[in-house]
Amino acid sequence: MNQAVQEKPAAKRKPKETGVPDNKKYLHPLMAKNYGNWKYHDRPRPGVLHHVAHSGDHIWTVRAGTQRQMDVGTIRLLCDIADKYAEGHVRFTIRSNIEYMVSKEEKVAPLIAELEKHGFPVGGTGNSISMIAHTQGWLHCDIPGTDASGVVKALMDDLIVEFKREEMPNRVHLSTSCCEINCGGQADLAIIVQHTKPPVINHDLVANVCERPTVVARCPVAAIRPAMVNGKPSLEIDETKCMCCGACYPPCPPMQINDPEYSKLAIWVGGKNSNARGKPTFMKMVASGLPNNPPRWPEVSVVVKRILSVYKDDARPWERMADWIDRIGWPRFFEKTELPFTKYLIDDWRGSRSTFNASTHIRF
Amino acid sequence: MAKKMHDTPNLDQLEDGPWPSFVTGLKELAKDKDYVVDLLGQLETSYRTKKGYWKGGTVGVFGYGGGIIPRFTELKDEAGKPVYEDCTEFHTLRVMPPAGMHYDTDTLRQFCDIWEKHGSGLIAFHGQSGDIMFQGATTDNVQKAFDEINEMGFDLGGAGPAVRTSMSCVGAARCEQSCYDEAKAQRSVLNTFLDDIHRPSLPYKFKFKFSGCPNDCMNSVQRADMAVIGTWRDNIRTDEAMAKQWFAKHGMDELVNDVVARCPTKTFQLKQIKNVKTGPSISSVAISDTHAIEIDNHDCVRCMHCINVMTGALAPGKDKGASVLVGGKSTLKIGGLMGTVIIPFMKLETDEDVQKLVDLGQRTIDFFAENALEHERTGEMIERIGLINFLEGVEVEVDPNMVSTPRTNPYVRTDGWDEEVAKINAQKIKKQQAA
Repeated sequence: MNQAVQEKPAAKRKPKETGVPDNKKYLHPLMAKNYGNWKYHDRPRPGVLHHVAHSGDHIWTVRAGTQRQMDVGTIRLLCDIADKYAEGHVRFTIRSNIEYMVSKEEKVAPLIAELEKHGFPVGGTGNSISMIAHTQGWLHCDIPGTDASGVVKALMDDLIVEFKREEMPNRVHLSTSCCEINCGGQADLAIIVQHTKPPVINHDLVANVCERPTVVARCPVAAIRPAMVNGKPSLEIDETKCMCCGACYPPCPPMQINDPEYSKLAIWVGGKNSNARGKPTFMKMVASGLPNNPPRWPEVSVVVKRILSVYKDDARPWERMADWIDRIGWPRFFEKTELPFTKYLIDDWRGSRSTFNASTHIRF
Repeated sequence: MAKKMHDTPNLDQLEDGPWPSFVTGLKELAKDKDYVVDLLGQLETSYRTKKGYWKGGTVGVFGYGGGIIPRFTELKDEAGKPVYEDCTEFHTLRVMPPAGMHYDTDTLRQFCDIWEKHGSGLIAFHGQSGDIMFQGATTDNVQKAFDEINEMGFDLGGAGPAVRTSMSCVGAARCEQSCYDEAKAQRSVLNTFLDDIHRPSLPYKFKFKFSGCPNDCMNSVQRADMAVIGTWRDNIRTDEAMAKQWFAKHGMDELVNDVVARCPTKTFQLKQIKNVKTGPSISSVAISDTHAIEIDNHDCVRCMHCINVMTGALAPGKDKGASVLVGGKSTLKIGGLMGTVIIPFMKLETDEDVQKLVDLGQRTIDFFAENALEHERTGEMIERIGLINFLEGVEVEVDPNMVSTPRTNPYVRTDGWDEEVAKINAQKIKKQQAA
């Protein structure tokens, strides 16, 4: 991979192959002292965790939302806040929230005030809507159907009230993904690109750019085969088989799957990683065909907010999205959310039979 | 001062609204860097045309084969000249964070100084695999930035067909539900596979993730080829003072509807104190002068719900460790897969315990390297060859905890049945003798 390197290897610095750094030196001193010895926690208010150790020590954590993609000015500002109002230590959650730890309760309120003064919303704890797990999008990805940071910014502007409260039935995790690979992962509600037309092939480039057997092997439905087109070795697609997943595009960029009009957005609900109550669940597609409409994706926002608001009104305490739908059933989910149940939502991929209703369990 | 900004009417709209704006951040950087002025130009074009303009390539640092995500612009005019010529390369360095993503501000400030000097000044905390993503550097600057970051004690993460960067939850550092030392496990396992992280040569990516309890805050069950999820074998611990305090605050309706009714195996019962059972598998605690909670721990699946709701009053047991699940992944190619239990329980207390996990990881990666097809994840390989072949390959005995149900069809050749029964009986006798 390092062609440049091999010219003058003697001049190059050898990497120190140190791997994952030891986290001990980065821990807040109270966390290092009480490592593995915590007794319980409570939440004095949204955005604040209060942990109590068996030793009797207390630590308060203030959680705030960030934009994840941060400029150095923002990071330095967050550091200034840590040095002045907290105790010089921070950590990040899996959803890109920042956490400040302090050893005294009286430090909490000024810290919150300072964070909010600079526009960092405090929240994301307990039964709130937390920050959206997201991917790279147009900013950095090589195969994106849409943007990521922009979608998240637009949606969080709309959901910030629920980020700052703990008024949902249970925690709500959201994710977005800019292609069907779904790097954003399973979530209570996910927004994922859904292509609706087969890739458009630039036959002039395929032979030079793509390893054709690799591309053929990559197709989940065996719809791609080698072909001579205009006298050049290329690939062709059986469009009756192709389900437009875009798996061929990463290994073969001349098979352009992204389309400004035909790459749509789909909404999925009911994914859950936790083992709490039921086993972990995969999310299910409940809407598609929404336009990819930057810079604020208003059509997506409308549907997301409607689903979340119905869930908030209708679910019982501690029901995650999946638990709620288990209780009310899918027909009522579509009825209450006013989403059309189309034939495309009936699975025809492998294992689909297990998703059919093999019983007379029907709600009226 | 950098050159004049391009018009960005689309991106400008992402500066409105209360959530922190990455566009505002980029514009701050663009005040000093032509590089970011042109980055905004290309991004605005994407917002207008709804197309991405980055393509991959080959960029690395000396000594490593991975860890850099190369990006070259494809947004060119008719003559093949880049439209935004001050930002034609926008490579990312993936850097492995400390377990639990803890930092002191000195470290973060050093990152900022390095990245302001050599890169765009844009850093993402963190990517979906857990990397600190230093986003945006030219080919010339990648090595310089890496050298300085590496001197700080940080190392590149994985990319391509490699062992990938890992994540663990806050865990033992601040969480009462932690069932093992997640950071130690993560570091011990990952740092065994540095060669497989830095020099991609596996069939496809391989991810480890470490969650301290079955709440699985690291989403390991659906993201990790090997998920290490904390659990315990003995009884749920109780604290009577806190249980009574919880009940006084929340009352009977919440106890019944939110806790008793939500226990997945209905092993959590509310009883009059005089009727509470005792026994080696029973946890019980009074919640009032008349009533108590009773849990038969043999029937508890360690789902965490009651402990989550009544934290402090209830807690995981003391005989802690982890379950190991293998084969979780996202969509490509056969659809999303959850991990499958291959080790129902293992202790992770001593160095020897942790070494057993490292060894299991090693056997799994060795088997994966030899048996998976190109671009096939561990879960897909298991689906193709069958769980039994995988278990035999990594030298793990079958266990009924690995399945939701035994098989529901007769399509299997069972002429080795008697030998298998004899083997199981022999092992039983061996275990009894050892005890």
